[in-house]
Amino acid sequence: MHTKEEHKYKLTFWEKIYIPEILKGMRLTLEQMLKKKETREYPEEKWVPPPSYRGAPVLVQEENGVERCVACGLCSRVCPALAIEVQASETEDEKERYPVLFEINMLRCIFCGFCEEVCPEEAIVMSPTYELAFTRYEDAIFDKEKLLTPVEELRPRLEYLHAHR
Amino acid sequence: MDFTDILISLIKIVVMFGVVLLTVAELVYTERRISAFIQNRLGPNRVGWKGLLQPYADVLKLLLKEDIVPTAANRFIHTLAPVISIAVAFSTLAVVPIAGETIRLFGREVQMVIADVNIGVLYILALTSMGVYGLTLSGWSSNNKYSLLGGLRSSAQMISYELAMGLSVIGVIMVTGSLRLTDVVAHQSGWMWNMILQPVGFVTFVVAAFAETNRAPFDLPEAEPELVGGYHTEYSSFKFALFFLAEYANMITASAVIVTLYLGGWQVPYLELLNLPVGVTIALQILAFMLKVAFMLFVFQWVRWSVPRFRYDQLMNLGWKVMLPIALANVIVTGIVMLLL
Repeated sequence: MHTKEEHKYKLTFWEKIYIPEILKGMRLTLEQMLKKKETREYPEEKWVPPPSYRGAPVLVQEENGVERCVACGLCSRVCPALAIEVQASETEDEKERYPVLFEINMLRCIFCGFCEEVCPEEAIVMSPTYELAFTRYEDAIFDKEKLLTPVEELRPRLEYLHAHR
Repeated sequence: MDFTDILISLIKIVVMFGVVLLTVAELVYTERRISAFIQNRLGPNRVGWKGLLQPYADVLKLLLKEDIVPTAANRFIHTLAPVISIAVAFSTLAVVPIAGETIRLFGREVQMVIADVNIGVLYILALTSMGVYGLTLSGWSSNNKYSLLGGLRSSAQMISYELAMGLSVIGVIMVTGSLRLTDVVAHQSGWMWNMILQPVGFVTFVVAAFAETNRAPFDLPEAEPELVGGYHTEYSSFKFALFFLAEYANMITASAVIVTLYLGGWQVPYLELLNLPVGVTIALQILAFMLKVAFMLFVFQWVRWSVPRFRYDQLMNLGWKVMLPIALANVIVTGIVMLLL
């Protein structure tokens, strides 16, 4: 422990008697106290993420109610956490293939966005959803029904992808 | 001393106790809110209106916790220590007058003070230094090196600052000529508050009071970065709550004493010119007293969140090399001025 005080500069008399400096500090804290607070009161006031935000991955649902996905399985292949399972089947539609089963295990998903990046059809994109808390395992496995999201809701993200890729 | 006297005293004690307990609870709340506001946060605002019921939720939580006594601890003293702390903190308030007029109750003139002792100032000094036993014993009985260090620090700190505190009070006693707190307050009528008559004594007393209550910037006994939690490291559940309560009760006591000795107690300037009925006068005096105490409590919390903690050697330097000489000089100067006038 230092026995002698070392200062970068010599303190003046008013600084040495301490009390005025403490009062200065207290004025500062008082000013802070009266400032507007930055706190967002979460459950009432929710944060709206920007389009660049990578939330839960979802499947894009076209206006006619059919998913874009052609079940190529690239997302499943690229997923580093092995969270995606796809089973393909044939359809009479123009795209000829569709997924009978499409499951994302949200307990495994790491929100890396590789699935979105690799998808040739822009069928899987990262949504702005960030409230992903579950009380049961089964709730955390999102099936096709749950993943399908109308294209209108995902418009900002799709536009963002177009602009930056 | 007959039955009526005892009854009146009991009523006063119960009222005082209730008010202080409620204030302590809300102090925990204001502390958290003020700290939050200073740090640009909102603080607890969910339990009850604006979060006012937060302290009750906290106490309930503490009551439901397990009460742990370390195996190597001295069981009896471990339990006794928080009791000493809280008892001392509450009993000091007995001599603080809260209004000047008397009211008639059961056919007697009742003073607005629990015990109008003729050595009130001495009583306060004696009891506040008793408070250190709570901390030191808790530190020793826990059988934990951090607790022990905290307890030792508190005793060293108390000894150093008790001197400065006592010497600054001497200034007030010299001006007033009485140790009775009702006289001290009565002497400060109008704007002749001791704060104005004894500005240096006021500053040293307030600083010493901060050290006596173990509040920041002098909260070394519980310095959490170095001592884990200081003297109450090994305490949990309601015993911890008692220490918590005692800290805030001590703050109320210190504020009340500062207000009584230096800020004119219940005095409201120019109130006597208005010729109000006695009831209104008493109500106004009590209100004035409470507002002054509330302001001092705010200052306590405001300082805590503005000033960083002292280093231990700085604390000792300040106590012995600065506070003590200043307090002594204050006594001498007061004496000389009183001789000359």
